[in-house]
Amino acid sequence: MKPLAVQGDAGADTTRRRVNIPQGRQGWPPLPRRARPGRTRSLLAIRTPIPRAARWTLTILSLALPLLAWIALSASEVVSASFLPSPQAVLSAGFEMARSGELLSDLAATAQRVLLGFGLAVLISVPLGIFMGAFPAGQAVLEPVIGLLRYLPASAFIPLLIIWLGLGEPSKVALLFVGTVFFNTLMTADVVRTVPRSLIDVSYTLGAYRNEVLRKVVVPHSLPGIIDAVRVNAAAAWNFVVVAELVNSTAGLGYRIVRAQRFLQTDRIFAVLVVIGVAGVAIDVALRLLRSRVGRWAT
Amino acid sequence: MTGVLELRGVTKDYNVRDRTVRAIDDLDLRLSRGEFVCVVGASGSGKSTLLSMIAGLTRVSGGEITLDGEPVTGPGPDRGLVPQAGTLYPWRTVERNVAFGLELLPLDDGERARRVDWYLAETGLSGLRRSLPRQLSGGQQQRVAIARALACEPEVLLLDEPLGALDVQTKEDMQVFIRQVWKDTGATVLMVTHDVEEAVFLGERVVVLASDPGRMIAEVAVELPTDRDLAIKRVPTFLSLRALIEDLIRSERRSATVPGEATA
Repeated sequence: MKPLAVQGDAGADTTRRRVNIPQGRQGWPPLPRRARPGRTRSLLAIRTPIPRAARWTLTILSLALPLLAWIALSASEVVSASFLPSPQAVLSAGFEMARSGELLSDLAATAQRVLLGFGLAVLISVPLGIFMGAFPAGQAVLEPVIGLLRYLPASAFIPLLIIWLGLGEPSKVALLFVGTVFFNTLMTADVVRTVPRSLIDVSYTLGAYRNEVLRKVVVPHSLPGIIDAVRVNAAAAWNFVVVAELVNSTAGLGYRIVRAQRFLQTDRIFAVLVVIGVAGVAIDVALRLLRSRVGRWAT
Repeated sequence: MTGVLELRGVTKDYNVRDRTVRAIDDLDLRLSRGEFVCVVGASGSGKSTLLSMIAGLTRVSGGEITLDGEPVTGPGPDRGLVPQAGTLYPWRTVERNVAFGLELLPLDDGERARRVDWYLAETGLSGLRRSLPRQLSGGQQQRVAIARALACEPEVLLLDEPLGALDVQTKEDMQVFIRQVWKDTGATVLMVTHDVEEAVFLGERVVVLASDPGRMIAEVAVELPTDRDLAIKRVPTFLSLRALIEDLIRSERRSATVPGEATA
């Protein structure tokens, strides 16, 4: 097909190439050229998806390699079995603890503390964070004090909490609370601050009152991010609970570790560590699922 | 005749560090019921500030804005606002976005659904009612924003460069669409744009602003038939109106930005 053409005034000009060196650019050396980069290997291209098979292989390797190293190290008997028990020994110690029921009751005791201490922290930090993120006044009054408190290590509070609350459950729950409440408040406030101003403005022009803007715009928009913050801090809570249980407990996974240490039962310590890891991952996965359900609109 | 919306001597000053910058200077404007007025001007002419003040989101520094004789003191559903892009509730479906303002009113479910249905049909969104905003094209998103504002039956619909982020083809379709919605609903519309062609195509009247400070330099009546399609953009009357307004903006800009040249 013959292309359609419009004859314009400048028709003759468009075909002419410019060969003269422009005014003021005489004497410039040619611009240096760089060698073209080689083809980027597909596995190491920045922020580019990799093939499914490669992803699975790497994921499995990530778990299998440390496990193989462990097996090799304990089989070679370079390290004494009382320092590094073999995986089989850990597994059987775990089974034995599970059969006697102590593992389950320890897990329950620990989970209950997390639920109480961290649950309380979430209950308080989320509204506080929303207040802080939504209102500059809230930020002005809370940020200095919370910003300071969050830098005080929670474990440094243990002696004080024991003096205040005694050796029992309250001091352990309080440690979890202190260790997570400030971070979760600040992270929630950060999430709330990402609600676009234009979305808030347009809601007012649709007739919403301030409390409706908070309830129907700020909170739903922030919810996925708040769940993310809770997920990050749940990991911290899981850390603190074991720390709390190392001191004067009668049940719990941390207590079980201290007991095992006393009798040099490293296989039991390892078994408990595995349980702690698996429980942590389970919480993480559960919160991820919740987040992707709630935040389906965001991705 | 009094207007629905009246601006008298409206002025806006901003404090930039220790200096006061005048964004809008002594602006008078009146919209009659059912009118479609477009505001054009170069960047820095305070177009968006103007709409923001009418919406009640920005306070005036001087002068007065009244709606049906009542002074504007804050935002409300009697002045619907449609910004350039990205103001839909991303977690709400299309129909629930349109229903947002109605959910705040004491309406029973049937009445609310009937109204939402009507605006969805009017804006051609009935088939997308259960979609989320991210699944829509830019043009469809703006339709939802317009339907959502109109569902509150505002006295004035304020459009702040609503087509500014769209590609040229979508933009022209949307221009026809906005014109149609205006005729069907009898809404009073004040639209800000930097696109002179768009302003002439849509408006019954075009207000031309100059920059630094933003002020009105002309009001141009668009004497074109009420029934307009895209072909009207090639009609001599249209072209000369467009040229007239473009020249006004250009001459004003030249004298404002290059002071030395203005004397030549």
